Amino acid sequence: MNLLLAALVVLGTSALAALLSGRNARAAASFGVGGSLVGCALASIPVLRVLAGATLDPIRAGWSIPGGSFFVHLDPLSAFFLLPILFLGAVAAVYGGAYLPSHEGGAHGVPAAPPRALGPAWFFYNLLIASMILVVTSRNGMLFLMAWEVMALTSFFLVTFEDEKPAVREAGWTYLVATHIGTAFLLFFFVLLGREAGTLDFDRFAGLPLAPALASLLFSLAVVGFGAKAGFLPLHVWLPEAHPAAPSHVSAVMSGVMIKTGIYGLVRSLTFLGAPASWWGWLLIGIGLTSGILGVVMALAQHDLKRLLAYHSVENIGIIALGLGAGVLGLHYHLPSLTVLGFAGGLLHVLNHALFKGLLFLGAGAVAHSTGTRELDVLGGLLKRMPWTGAAFLIGSVAICGLPPLNGFVSEFLIYYGAYCGIAAPGRVAIPIVLSIVAGLALIGGLAAACFAKAFGSVFLGEPRSDHATQAHEASTWMIVPQYVLATGCMAIGLLSPWLIDVLIPVIEPLTGPVSADVLAPASHVLEGVTTVGIGLLGLIALLAVLRLGLLHNRTMGATGTWDCGYAAPTARMQYTASSFAQPLTDLFRMFLRSRKEPVALRTVFPESRHFATETPDVWRDLLFRPLFNGVAWVFGRFRWLQHGRVQLYVLYIAIALLALLVWKLG
Amino acid sequence: MRLLDIISLLLGVLLAPLLPGIINRTKAFFGGRKGQPVLQLYYDLYKLLGKGAVYSHTTSWVFRAGPVVGLAAMLTALALVPCGGQGSFLKFQGDLLLFAYLLGLLRFFTVIAALDTGSAFEGMGASREVQIAALAEPAFLLGLSVVALETGSLSLTGIFERLSFETWASAAPALLLVAAAWLVVFLAENARIPVDDPNTHLELTMIHEVMVLDHGGPDFAFVLYTSALKLWVLGALLAALALPARTGHPAGDVAVFLCGQFALAVVVGAIESTMARLRLVRVPQLLVAAGVLSALALFLGLVR
Repeated sequence: MNLLLAALVVLGTSALAALLSGRNARAAASFGVGGSLVGCALASIPVLRVLAGATLDPIRAGWSIPGGSFFVHLDPLSAFFLLPILFLGAVAAVYGGAYLPSHEGGAHGVPAAPPRALGPAWFFYNLLIASMILVVTSRNGMLFLMAWEVMALTSFFLVTFEDEKPAVREAGWTYLVATHIGTAFLLFFFVLLGREAGTLDFDRFAGLPLAPALASLLFSLAVVGFGAKAGFLPLHVWLPEAHPAAPSHVSAVMSGVMIKTGIYGLVRSLTFLGAPASWWGWLLIGIGLTSGILGVVMALAQHDLKRLLAYHSVENIGIIALGLGAGVLGLHYHLPSLTVLGFAGGLLHVLNHALFKGLLFLGAGAVAHSTGTRELDVLGGLLKRMPWTGAAFLIGSVAICGLPPLNGFVSEFLIYYGAYCGIAAPGRVAIPIVLSIVAGLALIGGLAAACFAKAFGSVFLGEPRSDHATQAHEASTWMIVPQYVLATGCMAIGLLSPWLIDVLIPVIEPLTGPVSADVLAPASHVLEGVTTVGIGLLGLIALLAVLRLGLLHNRTMGATGTWDCGYAAPTARMQYTASSFAQPLTDLFRMFLRSRKEPVALRTVFPESRHFATETPDVWRDLLFRPLFNGVAWVFGRFRWLQHGRVQLYVLYIAIALLALLVWKLG
Repeated sequence: MRLLDIISLLLGVLLAPLLPGIINRTKAFFGGRKGQPVLQLYYDLYKLLGKGAVYSHTTSWVFRAGPVVGLAAMLTALALVPCGGQGSFLKFQGDLLLFAYLLGLLRFFTVIAALDTGSAFEGMGASREVQIAALAEPAFLLGLSVVALETGSLSLTGIFERLSFETWASAAPALLLVAAAWLVVFLAENARIPVDDPNTHLELTMIHEVMVLDHGGPDFAFVLYTSALKLWVLGALLAALALPARTGHPAGDVAVFLCGQFALAVVVGAIESTMARLRLVRVPQLLVAAGVLSALALFLGLVR
């Protein structure tokens, strides 16, 4: 545990040192990257020990704040969430060290921005990592909320790194509002729980005799409060704004691990609330289905690579929610297999998503950095110009689509398998469980494959569609190495899953109760099968590749243009674009997307140039939150007469308030 | 591992290219033609494997990797599929999901290999392919849940070992719905009429064929063989579902299974000869209908 504190101290001091280095970019980066690496390495020692089965003593110290105490503990659940935080935090810091300094230079004719002080960026980055560590280890409501708030604020400042751009300021503002609405619900959640328990320490929350109505209220508060951070639909609206605005290594950390603190919070709250009601599970499954399916559908309609990835985070959070929902239903209906596999699959997907989404955001950053654009329809052919980034992006794409033999498949497989075990549910409950999870995951998987075929295809394959893409160059070594570290993680989890399930069991035991061997043994046996087939598949690929090379050895090999039906003058712009590729599916789901299409009117017989554009703004933002906030603004606008800038009147308000308080207290 | 498990793998490897031949002969019969030899695909594969290759300047290693990964995925899927009621080469609880996702892996690599050529036609085909697949997948997996439920096994081998005419007697409506849904999925996944026309002449109207326009030589042989294997493995599920006869002797069971496969190929040929292709905008409706049939089967199976 002391190592964990040491890690926090290292992260904090290195953050300060980076801040004080001010305009000395090199010093700031050294402090930032070095601090992150040392801090994450230090913290990973107790984390690995706990995951290996050790138990550590909690640290508890008094604190002068009412209800607060410095109470931190590292149990397997915390350790499991810390694993991706530390891993991705360190890897993304290395990437950021190479990415941030060159981030300044405008690529390809865009005038370079004036040099920016990198100190604050590293200050906030290291504090963000430290606050995330504290969020998942704190065992006191007050400490938790403070760490939560530091996490929100540091990530806000990281999102607004390029604050000279209006779009970035807008994104930062959306994020700030969304995260604080979530925090408001959490405040209420902890106050209610604290009133029941008489303290804000987590160890007293568990096992409280909560009335069912109160437990349900607390659960709803947790779903909204933590869901706003995790990105449950329709609380996801800040994700597609904030992730593209932030520098790419920050997007990777925010999307890969920061939003998972919301999942952590939800899982931790479930351990407080006792036996779950069935509607909790159905709610989570409903959230999972809507977030999963609509998240990927909205991703399909995007033209901006990082915005597309941000919507995929909504999709993957949906898959995680499906797993958790299955687990909760399993608890309610006493189906141990469904419980264990649902929770295990959901939590394993947390780790998996951190790996492949981190990888994809780092790849997207390398592309944006090299070409100066994130617009899918002007890219293309980058695989030849950025071979390393391209190959890593392909690995990430296969993983996120849940295709074997990589890690995304393993976690989705566990959730599916849990649902199939749900067939044993009593009476008619099994129908909706199997129907929603199997059909939902199958549809999500198919749509995700479509979306990543589109993303990878339009960015890396074919011919470059513009000068941005023609002049692209491979990213620097230290931007590539982190991508391959994450890609290795994707492979490893994909092929080593039978051993991982043993690590997961103590993680989910606070939720499921003791896991018996007759649930566990079949699960690990099944995963052994998956691993065998995965290795067999890789072996076959290698064998067939050798066979193909052997066949083509010493044969005549020609090179020509792509077959285009004999058309005389093909250009790169005639390739199928990302928007055209996605059009059949976006048309199918148009009622959820409401894309705006600029109509093309061809009136004359020989029309000259015509322009066509589509745009898909977030429909929830436009149709739900904009009217809502306009309404709120209107209501508060009615009270504007109270405020007209005369100090005397304000003093009068204060006097009246004091008088009223006095009367109330005396009377 | 029994000898028979290896035989079921070998049967698929050796006989898969026969199915397109049977389909073509059936179509020729309906058209009043003599038609190409039943073994035509074997000749084609032999010829293509002996050729060199021509690649577009636009393509990268992804284009060359596409057929290799696709064939590897399909061979692995074949290893999971039992030969009727007889065991498969590899089996474990939950392998039915792996099977479905191996089809997904094949599709993903076919699609990105098509996009690698930078051709508008191939992009169009790829776009249609992913749309059809995204809608076919729920129908297929829900159908699998139904048969898994009826037989109490989560392994393809276990399912088809236990499936018999008694299962049909007790759950005929559900299984019939699944068979109907799977037939639609089978036709859609294998790019047959009424979803796609393998014999069309215009690049603009193709789906699967247009995605492999640029492949040649051994690569194209891999692609053709992969398609034949896909026809075989999906057909194997449908044939084993529709004809779960038990003769009491393994060889007899295998013979029944092969008859089912070949009969299915004849049915496909008959459908292709008597139906027109659907308009592309109608295809999603057909697939969603298949999904609804599977969901309905699930309800029937559970409410019983």
